[in-house]
Amino acid sequence: MTAELEEIAARVVRMALEGGADDAECTVLSGDEFTATVRMGELERLKDAGSRAAGVRVLVGRRPGSAYSSDLSPEGLRRMVDSAVELARITSEDPYAGLPESTELGRLEGDLQLYFHELGALATEARIRAAREAEEAALAYDSRITNSEGASVDTRVSYRAFANSRGFCGSYSASRCSVSVVPVAKEGGSMERDYWFEQSRSAAALEHSHQVGRKAAERAIRRLGPRKVATQKAPVVFEPEAARTLLGHIFEAVSGDAVYRNASFLAGKLGERIASEELTLIDDGTLPGLFGTAPFDDEGVPTRRTVVIERGVLRSYLLNTYTARKLGLKTTGNASRGLTGNAGVGHGNFFAEPGQAAPEELIRGVRNGFYVTELIGFGVNTVTGEYSRGAAGLWIENGELAYPVSEVTISGNLRQILEAIEAVANDLEFRTATASPTLLIGEMTVSGQ
Amino acid sequence: MGISGSLFARRFGVTEQDLERYLREALSSGGDYADLFFEYVATTSISLDETIVKSATQGVSMGAGVRVIQGERSGYAYTDDLVPERVLHAARVAAAIASGPSRQPAAAFAGPERRDCYPVATAPSETDLAERLRLVQRADEAARAYDKRVFQVQAAYGDSLRHVLVATSEGVAAHDRQPMARLNVLVLAREKGGEPRSGYGGGGGRVELSFFLNEKTPEQFAREAARQAVVQLEAQEGPAGEMTVVLGPGWPGILLHEAVGHGLEADFNRKGVSAFANRMGEQVASPLVTVVDDGTLAHRRGSINIDDEGTPSQRTVLIENGVLKGYMQDRLSSRLMGAPPTGNGRRESYQHIPIPRMTNTFMLSGESDPEEIIRSVEKGIYCAMFGGGQVDITSGNFVFSAIESYLIEGGRLTRPVRGVTLIGNGPEALKHVTMVGNDLRLDEGIGTCGKDGQNVPVGVGIPTIKLERMTVGGAR
Repeated sequence: MTAELEEIAARVVRMALEGGADDAECTVLSGDEFTATVRMGELERLKDAGSRAAGVRVLVGRRPGSAYSSDLSPEGLRRMVDSAVELARITSEDPYAGLPESTELGRLEGDLQLYFHELGALATEARIRAAREAEEAALAYDSRITNSEGASVDTRVSYRAFANSRGFCGSYSASRCSVSVVPVAKEGGSMERDYWFEQSRSAAALEHSHQVGRKAAERAIRRLGPRKVATQKAPVVFEPEAARTLLGHIFEAVSGDAVYRNASFLAGKLGERIASEELTLIDDGTLPGLFGTAPFDDEGVPTRRTVVIERGVLRSYLLNTYTARKLGLKTTGNASRGLTGNAGVGHGNFFAEPGQAAPEELIRGVRNGFYVTELIGFGVNTVTGEYSRGAAGLWIENGELAYPVSEVTISGNLRQILEAIEAVANDLEFRTATASPTLLIGEMTVSGQ
Repeated sequence: MGISGSLFARRFGVTEQDLERYLREALSSGGDYADLFFEYVATTSISLDETIVKSATQGVSMGAGVRVIQGERSGYAYTDDLVPERVLHAARVAAAIASGPSRQPAAAFAGPERRDCYPVATAPSETDLAERLRLVQRADEAARAYDKRVFQVQAAYGDSLRHVLVATSEGVAAHDRQPMARLNVLVLAREKGGEPRSGYGGGGGRVELSFFLNEKTPEQFAREAARQAVVQLEAQEGPAGEMTVVLGPGWPGILLHEAVGHGLEADFNRKGVSAFANRMGEQVASPLVTVVDDGTLAHRRGSINIDDEGTPSQRTVLIENGVLKGYMQDRLSSRLMGAPPTGNGRRESYQHIPIPRMTNTFMLSGESDPEEIIRSVEKGIYCAMFGGGQVDITSGNFVFSAIESYLIEGGRLTRPVRGVTLIGNGPEALKHVTMVGNDLRLDEGIGTCGKDGQNVPVGVGIPTIKLERMTVGGAR
């Protein structure tokens, strides 16, 4: 499969050069998806399909143009290339635009354990069974779990090929499989839902369907009968699922795209202390089997390990070729894009290094504070660091989780939040490409009654 | 009327006989219902940054999806190749959901009466590239000219032309051509040596390119973005706690989208997982509040002639004088709930199964003068512009984030405050509406709604309203 896609990518690059481009790069994607959803014990939905598409970006001089197409016939590819070359006539000469240097191109060698062939061959019945087991386990967990939005098994296999006119041509396959369930708990007038999921590159996640169901149910049950606390300043503990959203905001702020435009509160801070000494943040696209791993980035540069924040000091931004040139730095192998267009910046496995303490110890140290399990909304501004989001979780009284809380917001400024990280727990798990242990923030504003 | 006018008949030679054959294959293992969805989308985007045009992209994607429904079960498959063998294969895959004797689809097709909510002779995507390029350049120039503290401008123009064709086993065949265009401007401003602040302006709809030349110009969007960024230079930290909130007209209607809109989508109610489930006929808002979803408004971003299941769009009253009146239906939920479909069955693309979605959701005007509403507030906050919002439909808790707001002190707007998130509970929040302005305004055409991983364009609107009590998430 990937050899065929590589061949298409290389052919498109040749067509672009023949068509008047000075440089060209082409991405070809192919993917198969399969979803089985069960709700209240009954099969509700099966989805099974695949698709392919290609994208090309050309440079005429230093003027870029891009196009994509789902028609991979020779005529379809020809139209795509012509369109990209035509668009390069209307864009501007950008002295920083260009492909990576040849010496920067390459791929990680060895088996990164991203692709498990077995996933494609998984029987429909096995998928339905795992979804059913996850939901059954949730419904059986407690009589207050009275309803469900359903349980799903989702498998995806994807193939990515990339070629450019500086001699790079490569491809890789990746697979992933997830089990998820959304149970609904009800007691009196209170109705709450929560969810849980497990994912794996292989089919291993399916073996955990019972645990997924129980965990989701436990999370929904503990939210029943929430209170709205009084408005106050208080310590906030972010459980890992909430903590990783905080890392997501830091990623936006260290991404070269925001930095070179001065659209980040961390622009111009390289080498400075910007967070508590407790915080060390790493981006690593090389860790085998994980969800942020790839042999090369979307410009054909090998992925690597980058220390972003070391004991509170900002050590590196995350960069692609363009943003690196704009900042007078070198690419960190973090180029990211869909099919085409100028590359953006993405992350590999972006995580906070675990500390020594167990999460329970962090909670025990809080006399009166908020244990956050869910955040909603988009009230975060990377330019200014302003942070204000809807939150739900449990109130901490004398070091114990006391009662559920919802319909409140937590707010502050990311600058202060980073400095106020008092502890990082030891419970790091790479469940997704962004991963964090439990975090304790010394003080934030909790807005409620 | 048949499918002959559709792009798929003209360019890809799809005939009614083909459609019937695909539907027959889809029902070959039984099932109550099957439908086909053909889609062809051409897009263009042009973006400017640091005064130069850094990117321009064009592309085409197409495909067909086949769905089979049996009871509450749906099977779905799609193909990105419209040749008969591939569509037939997708039909066979989708058919695997059903079990039973094969069924025959209707022998002939008829479509809903055609009307056009967005008559656009030449879609923006069919116009000269240089003309579209000029829009982002004009926006850049206008934003920079607005104030010398403006130091960064990003302007992006994007358009699409989407052709869809739906055919169902019940003999409905309908097609539509859905143009869309949008211009966005993002501005950063700073005082000398100070911190940057951001501002945003943008809009569009299912319009001709001339919309940006005559009705809403790049200069208007650019000045709006620059004005917001400059206002933010003076802004102080927002207040925290419960207080009176006044929402300005237009995009603040996102309140309705989050507070009641999602909770009134039929699928959540059929399954009993919405905070609004089984509350039809109940008072869920102040008697001053009437909320409708209307997919038929001329040239609006959220409008559709037909939904992605071939049902004509309509105006649906969701809440009338505070009483819950209606849900937004797709075909599956309407069948199972025994209610008529409302033209809200939408999908992001042929790769997605249709689900109930909003179109343009807004509150009708009341009788108060907007000035009088602000004057009536001793202490509170006035929100003029929002970013995004989100809702947990089960608990009913929702948030939406103000990016331009002001303190109200003694009946007057005093100081601007920084970004704050507002939080409330859907079935409760609108009970606190005590004044509704006479100035209903729809948004500029910037909304995109996400649900189950699918994005669709939507509109919102609201007059100036006063919420006696709401939790404001400032840091002070």
